[in-house]
Amino acid sequence: MTAYEQALAEFAPVLGLETHVELGTASKMFCGCATTFGAEPNTQVCPVCLGLPGALPVVNEKAVESTIRIGLALHCTIATWCRFARKNYFYPDMPKNFQTSQYDEPLCVDGHLDVEVDGEVVRVEIERVHLEEDTGKTLHVGGATGRITGASHSLVDYNRAGIPLVEIVTRPVAGTGVRAAAVAKAYVTELRDLLRGLDVSDVRMEQGSMRCDVNTSLHRAGEPWGTRTETKNVNSLRSVERAVRSEVERQAEVLRRGERVVQETRHFSEATGATSPGRVKDDAADYRYFPEPDLVPVAPDPAWVAALRAALPAPPSVRRKQLVAQLGLSDLDAQAMVNAGVLDVVLATVEAGAPAAEARNWWLGALAQRANETGVEPAELPVTPAQVARVVALVAEGTLNAGLARQVLDGVLAGEGEPDDVVAARGLAVVSDTGALGEAVDAALAAHPDVADKVRGGKVQAVGALVGAVMRATRGQADAATVRALLLERLGVEG
Amino acid sequence: MTDLTRLTAAETAAAVASREVSAVEVAQAHLDRIAAVDDRVHAFLHVDAEGALAQAARVDAGELTGPLAGVPLALKDVLCTEGVPTTAGSRILEGWRPPYDATVTARLRAAGVVVLGKTNMDEFAMGSSTEHSAYGPTHNPWDLDRIPGGSGGGSAAAVAAYEAPLAIGTDTGGSIRQPSAVTGTVGVKPTYGGVSRYGLIAFSSSLDQAGPVARTVLDAALLHEAIGGHDPRDSTSIAAPVPPVVEAARQADVRGLRVGVVRELTGDGYEPGVQARFDEAVQALVELGATVTAVSCPHFVHALPAYYLIAPSEASSNLARFDAVRYGLRVGDDGERGLEEVMALTRAQGFGPEVKRRIVLGTYALSSGYYDAYYGQAQKVRTLITRDFTAAFAEADVLVSPTTPGVAFPLGAKLSDPLAMYRQDLATIPSNLYGGPAMSVPAGLSDGLPVGLQVMAPVQRDDLLYRVGAALEAARPFAPTPLQWETA
Ligand SMILES: [Zn+2]
Repeated sequence: MTAYEQALAEFAPVLGLETHVELGTASKMFCGCATTFGAEPNTQVCPVCLGLPGALPVVNEKAVESTIRIGLALHCTIATWCRFARKNYFYPDMPKNFQTSQYDEPLCVDGHLDVEVDGEVVRVEIERVHLEEDTGKTLHVGGATGRITGASHSLVDYNRAGIPLVEIVTRPVAGTGVRAAAVAKAYVTELRDLLRGLDVSDVRMEQGSMRCDVNTSLHRAGEPWGTRTETKNVNSLRSVERAVRSEVERQAEVLRRGERVVQETRHFSEATGATSPGRVKDDAADYRYFPEPDLVPVAPDPAWVAALRAALPAPPSVRRKQLVAQLGLSDLDAQAMVNAGVLDVVLATVEAGAPAAEARNWWLGALAQRANETGVEPAELPVTPAQVARVVALVAEGTLNAGLARQVLDGVLAGEGEPDDVVAARGLAVVSDTGALGEAVDAALAAHPDVADKVRGGKVQAVGALVGAVMRATRGQADAATVRALLLERLGVEG
Repeated sequence: MTDLTRLTAAETAAAVASREVSAVEVAQAHLDRIAAVDDRVHAFLHVDAEGALAQAARVDAGELTGPLAGVPLALKDVLCTEGVPTTAGSRILEGWRPPYDATVTARLRAAGVVVLGKTNMDEFAMGSSTEHSAYGPTHNPWDLDRIPGGSGGGSAAAVAAYEAPLAIGTDTGGSIRQPSAVTGTVGVKPTYGGVSRYGLIAFSSSLDQAGPVARTVLDAALLHEAIGGHDPRDSTSIAAPVPPVVEAARQADVRGLRVGVVRELTGDGYEPGVQARFDEAVQALVELGATVTAVSCPHFVHALPAYYLIAPSEASSNLARFDAVRYGLRVGDDGERGLEEVMALTRAQGFGPEVKRRIVLGTYALSSGYYDAYYGQAQKVRTLITRDFTAAFAEADVLVSPTTPGVAFPLGAKLSDPLAMYRQDLATIPSNLYGGPAMSVPAGLSDGLPVGLQVMAPVQRDDLLYRVGAALEAARPFAPTPLQWETA
């Protein structure tokens, strides 16, 4: 029995999950600024999102629509009238020193999400889904760790300030027993797939567009629930599971010693797989919420909400079954993909235009390998199904060969942009220009006169060595079949 | 040659349009006037001679036309002007040049109005005397030893001292109307949402409203139309068109209009001279064909305390952004002190005592455990006051009261007694809490100092104010500012 299993044999866990999702709207929550990820710092800003004196917010209707669609997909009740509220606290990456959020009047309440763990369905109840604005990003310079301690100064990037953020809060999840960690991971996975299906966010945990806080507590059977800790910024699916395991083990030890669990915020370390104390949850923190007077109440027209409900895509579980059937995948094949955590990305890649076999091969092959090397799930790699589909298309149209395709995906994973950008920047396209190729062929023939003679003498298979030389000289960018044909033509030998 | 600074805005616009005089000449005449008297009045914090003359030249070149093209204006320093200093009367914004124009500023520019400069005000519009400006007080042109009202004392004084025929003020609890009353000018707080707040440095978001200050009712109406109307950048801006205020000012007709005198806003607490001028003005309205009734608004007595919870609460949040990080003053950033300390030092030195008082008050009122008793309760009072207005408007088309309890008081007289200062706004605050429009028009003099009559109308019936104001103006012409100090 592992320490985790031991802990949950002794104590009952209660979980709570708060997930922040950056919406993929073209403009910010309260102004017209762009939301592109990775732009030069402070280039996507204006008086409104910089909180300049006098500037006023205007609600992004698309963000409200996305939030309502999320609420509907989670079976929530949608408010007929609600207000934004100001959450007041000082922080340099928050331009107004208050965050425009929602407090006691969220847009969506009382929903649920069913997740499957070990073939059994677990219902996770949703307390609320609300809309708010993201903060900027602070970069601490001069310290060794990039954290505030020891830093000589800090830089703030407000590009992220004002990006619409949806917060999805579960009710306490009790009764999971030893499956607690698996339920947490399954919930976040299912939520991510649901959001991706709604096309409201790119849900990239590694880029922070989906961030998770995990609340954990333990109690003995029959006793009241224990004190919870909040583990912040758990930024991968694997980490969700590890964070729960680590916190369960730690709290069990504390309780066994007869001590109390301190209510606090804890940080999860990807490196150690353990949590460490952050700031003690400050009871004095008083956000002085009050209704945002610069905005008018949001009152979604019931007819509009009904139309949004009618237009919702099928939930991920249903869509999975449909696609698996459409593609003629065997149950075994589908199960293999589920086990590898790639079914949804494979299906998304197919939806983006790739043949099923190609999509499957990439995700179970080269990409699974890369994921393994970096310790993340394949679906968490910084490459989208659409990008994989584009690479597949580039191979199909002859621009890339298999080796180049892998290099292009490596470029995308390294953050060099879209596949076409990588092809252009790295100069990776297959050399089909026979003039340029001709020079390489002539050079190879001149360098290996003995091999050339052998081929002329009838040992056609010896041409392979010459092909290899040309491929090396062109750094793999030539099409091997073309090279072979060119060589044989020069040597006057019939292929 | 006529003194161009004595013309009304309507006369100036007509003279410029007919090329009788150039906009540049008009602008120069006012810049000269400012140079001659503003060392004593101190209405302006910043004079933008270059910008004013350039704008006037564009009018003369025919690039900008309209009913106010070529008319000079003084802009309260709480409205953002691109590239031109904007301080809100505070040390914390000293030297800040906004990178954008407020919607009001942009509309003025597009209308060919010539912005002469930025006017003095109580810091962040908190005050009733302009003595809370970080840059020194403004003096009342009727008597330089007296206050010009506040917070928009600079705008009202500039108009009364003939430094500009028009000015823009902002009114959160009376900051346009009270200065107008004590300087003998016309000041209007439009319906909340009638004029865009985009670019207006917020004091209390749910109460702030920009509006016109002028020497005639028609001029105020012309300015009201120029700045009013829907703005997609202000969510609280009203979509419907501006009520026909210019037409109403030209009609100047109160026949058959039902005028309600608010019982709770007369009598005790009002100086006898103020009460006497008010009674005479009401009598004049009767003679002009209006009917007068007494109405009761029982919850108005709670308006002042409710206001002093709501406005500081919103202000405590609105003013949080002044933190030394992105703009304005930064104190103590010596490479040793941490961020929090620099923020605290900056706010300690950058804000004056009245602003600090209100931030503390508002922070307290919003605190958990106190919210319901203070902010929540104040919002309930606000609802009751709105109901009082609704009930009163069933009996009367407009309501009237003296604008202020007294005439301009001597500089320094109430500085050490905040509550006495706050009581200046007793009669003006209810309209802010309700959201309806209100005007102060000159109603004569008491001991040689101006008295204002306040007219209040239902939401989006700003036109009614102008009918009453213009009728009174026609029947009892406003006294010009005597300016004895100029010749003394
Ligand atoms: Zn922006």
